[in-house]
Amino acid sequence: MINFNLFVLPFFLGLIYLVAKIGKTWYRWIKALPAIDKVKFIAGIRHPQLFLSALKEVFLEALIHRRMWKRNPLLGYMHMSFALGWFLLIVCGNIESRFYSGTHLNAPYYPIFLKFFIHDKLVLFFEVFSVPGFFRFLMDFLLLFVLSGLVLALIKRQKSKWFGLKRTTEFQLTDSISLACLWLIFPMRLLAESYTAGYYGSGGGFMTQPLGNLLVAITPFRSDYAAYSMWWGYSLSLGIFFITLPYSRYMHIPTEVLLIFFRHLEIQPKKWYSSFSDVEVQACSRCGVCIDVCQLNDAGINDSQAVYFIRGVRDKYVPEEISRKCLLCGRCQEVCPVGISTDSLRLIKRRELVSGQASDFSYLTTQRTGAPCQGEVVYFAGCMSHLTPAIIRAMKGIMEQAGISYVHLDENGSVCCGRPLMIAGKDRQAQGLIDFNKRLIGLTHAKLLVTSCPICYRVFREEYNLPIRIQHHSQFILELVKTGKIPLQGHFKNVAYHDPCDLGRGSGVYTAPRELLSKIADLVPVPQDANNALCCGGSLGIFEASQQQHNAMTAVTLDMLMKNQPEILATACPLCKKTLEKQSPVAVKDIAELVYESLPKPVYFAASGQSHPAKSYANELI
Amino acid sequence: MNKKVIVVGGGVSGMTAAGALSELGMEVVLLEKDDHTGGHAGNWDRLFPSRRPGKEVIDFIEKSMSSTVEIRCGSRVTSIDRNTEGFTVNLHNGDPLTAESVVIATGYELFDARKKEEYGYGIYDNVITSAELEAIFKEGRQLVTHNGKTPQRVGLIHCVGSRDEKVGNLYCSKVCCVTGVKQAIEIREMLPGCEVFSFYMDLRMYDRNFEELYYEAQQKWGVNFIRGRLSECAENPDHSLILKTEDTLTGRPLKMTVDLVVLLVGFVPRPETRIISDMLKLQTGSDGFLSPVDEHFKDNSTSVPGLFLAGAVKGPACIVNSIADARATAVQVKAYINGEMVKW
Repeated sequence: MINFNLFVLPFFLGLIYLVAKIGKTWYRWIKALPAIDKVKFIAGIRHPQLFLSALKEVFLEALIHRRMWKRNPLLGYMHMSFALGWFLLIVCGNIESRFYSGTHLNAPYYPIFLKFFIHDKLVLFFEVFSVPGFFRFLMDFLLLFVLSGLVLALIKRQKSKWFGLKRTTEFQLTDSISLACLWLIFPMRLLAESYTAGYYGSGGGFMTQPLGNLLVAITPFRSDYAAYSMWWGYSLSLGIFFITLPYSRYMHIPTEVLLIFFRHLEIQPKKWYSSFSDVEVQACSRCGVCIDVCQLNDAGINDSQAVYFIRGVRDKYVPEEISRKCLLCGRCQEVCPVGISTDSLRLIKRRELVSGQASDFSYLTTQRTGAPCQGEVVYFAGCMSHLTPAIIRAMKGIMEQAGISYVHLDENGSVCCGRPLMIAGKDRQAQGLIDFNKRLIGLTHAKLLVTSCPICYRVFREEYNLPIRIQHHSQFILELVKTGKIPLQGHFKNVAYHDPCDLGRGSGVYTAPRELLSKIADLVPVPQDANNALCCGGSLGIFEASQQQHNAMTAVTLDMLMKNQPEILATACPLCKKTLEKQSPVAVKDIAELVYESLPKPVYFAASGQSHPAKSYANELI
Repeated sequence: MNKKVIVVGGGVSGMTAAGALSELGMEVVLLEKDDHTGGHAGNWDRLFPSRRPGKEVIDFIEKSMSSTVEIRCGSRVTSIDRNTEGFTVNLHNGDPLTAESVVIATGYELFDARKKEEYGYGIYDNVITSAELEAIFKEGRQLVTHNGKTPQRVGLIHCVGSRDEKVGNLYCSKVCCVTGVKQAIEIREMLPGCEVFSFYMDLRMYDRNFEELYYEAQQKWGVNFIRGRLSECAENPDHSLILKTEDTLTGRPLKMTVDLVVLLVGFVPRPETRIISDMLKLQTGSDGFLSPVDEHFKDNSTSVPGLFLAGAVKGPACIVNSIADARATAVQVKAYINGEMVKW
């Protein structure tokens, strides 16, 4: 028997096109990797452990959709039934076809359209333990599994709220065509297989056989023509889906696999648009999970959420405004089912907008500022802390009490950490500041750098390459408490802790502030905290929001923080403090302030603390 | 017809309205939550621009209330109900009062300078507010730093809590500019050896004789005016203060050490203003102050018949304007009680 029929062609040609297209794209991406990443990639895929760990994640994310499950079980099930169900249909169909053909070398279409070519004798239900009976049961079961996902997908179009999505994205034309074909594939398969089984009176499983018998019985015209046209329909929907896939959102399916491999092989996002970025952009499924979590909604901004921004990048047109309209709070990245580094992408686009030369910081010299004093700890309060002097006072008091010899770098000529410039995409301009601060830090001979500002903390860790330890003050104070350097007496009731974005999601510091606070306060739960915490609304990341829009976001965050009626809002960031303070119904204090107030006798830092002697700057220009 | 009027608030506006209403033949009860009348103006030593003693003005207004106004100090209003007979005003102490008409003259509050944390009020020892400086003048005390030394250099900071979106107040408080000029002169008068630096965005010398006072401050008293909003204030180990700003006329950053900083705090609505507006469904502006029905022609009326507004409860106002406004309110109230339509 020649297992071929003309109707297999749409599928077959579509498949060839898809494989060629994906192969070409992947090749282009891998080829465009920087040399170091290429080496990592080639070495990595040959490394069995790395390869297997990547494969495991592909299975968990691309087939099971673990992150989707965590977000919403219905959404998780829907995705899993499509992905895993289809995958198993292919795998099991292949095994089944080998049983019939007796060879491992089947044409790719043979297993797909097996039921067209093979219709052996009727197998009764109790014969499920025979090989053909088992496969028929299994294949029908898997088809039913996929179809259940399809039913959910149809419901989701109407009731997206049930799936945990308030807002979703709109479809483009290719998406709609692709989706229509995707949705047609499995009902067509069901019809074709059933009809064929009904026509021959055998070959179907528990679902397809009875359905086929019924269909043939009620069909007023010749059922072999009907069956044949259904196989054509099935093949056509597959073929069109495959051909439109690379031009639709469904390109995310194969791309996510490559992205997972890239990540496991330690290929990182770059500062500029690289093929890693391109893979990330194509791996975006446009599911829109990032829309609902974006706090810009509270400010009435609804055109620059991650999914819209990425759409712009993909279409090679991102309005400048969209690149700049983002809090960089990292909330979208946290919920993205594909784990796209949305903030890095946004910064890459901002860098592209910046032109011009590096700023001239040659006037920053130690001759001008004087060489800093020396000490074991260098304390960098940061510009934002200059707006909250209570934090600086508390830190000085705590260090005095602990008997630490420290250098307050802000009083010794330090400049901005550079992050605000980098947020604007001006990395080259920021470099001058970074270099100068690095020199000053080196001159202090300190072993530890402590900062009060999470924005500085993050940039010190990520950009400075300092040879010394770096701590945020919450970590530093916790260590002082643990080593018994400072005794704590006070106790605060009903304190809610607000996670700063750059400390929490940005730097992964969640436990130190909580552990420290729990020593001096009764913490009340906050509905959205840790990696799900809300931004205070004062983010430096956004350039396109009015003060009123900032205030609107802050109001929503405060409502959430005040849910369990705290008496004090504690935070660990001067910017969060400053932002929340202006609208908060209760006191807002930094962790350092609370610790300072808990000291047995708050020491006044007075004339100690090392800094330059007070100069009288008679109208001196700096 | 019953001619009872209740005036809520015993500051300049409330007292003036009460005095005028009484003069116009009304039975007036003046409610004041503090134990004395006089309001903010009562705490002021000398008034701009003439530098007339504030006490003179307060005494005059108090006298105008004569003996016919029933003044109830220490009375907090808990609620105001509008009913068919007129108004019932409930107090935290004593029986409810009834009246045909009510005048809201509850005024304003000074901006809490701690909210502008970068200026260090409440954190650094040598940062005070303009109200505290005025109290020093009023009590005849010597201006000294926290540790008792005569300051060699004082910085006056304009627009603290006013025209500042970052603290949520976009509006101008109107009186601080000229107060700052007045106080700069007074510091120079008291301490001839002390330099005074005023940091401003722009100086709004809008009224009669204000510009002249500003001129005098520069010409006669050598006050230094630096156009630049203070960005931050840091404390030296000797408790003197480092001010950082940009001198926007030279376009250069500026850093200066001073011994004492005076913050010219602006006006903010009282928390009670929000309660009153919620209770009686009155309109407020985006600044949180109460709004009259029509800014030109019904500038003392509210949407509640018989309920009138006077003075700084409608937004920042100086004493001269508050007095004029309160008098206008009194005429409106009288017309309302007599059932006359006011057409002008």
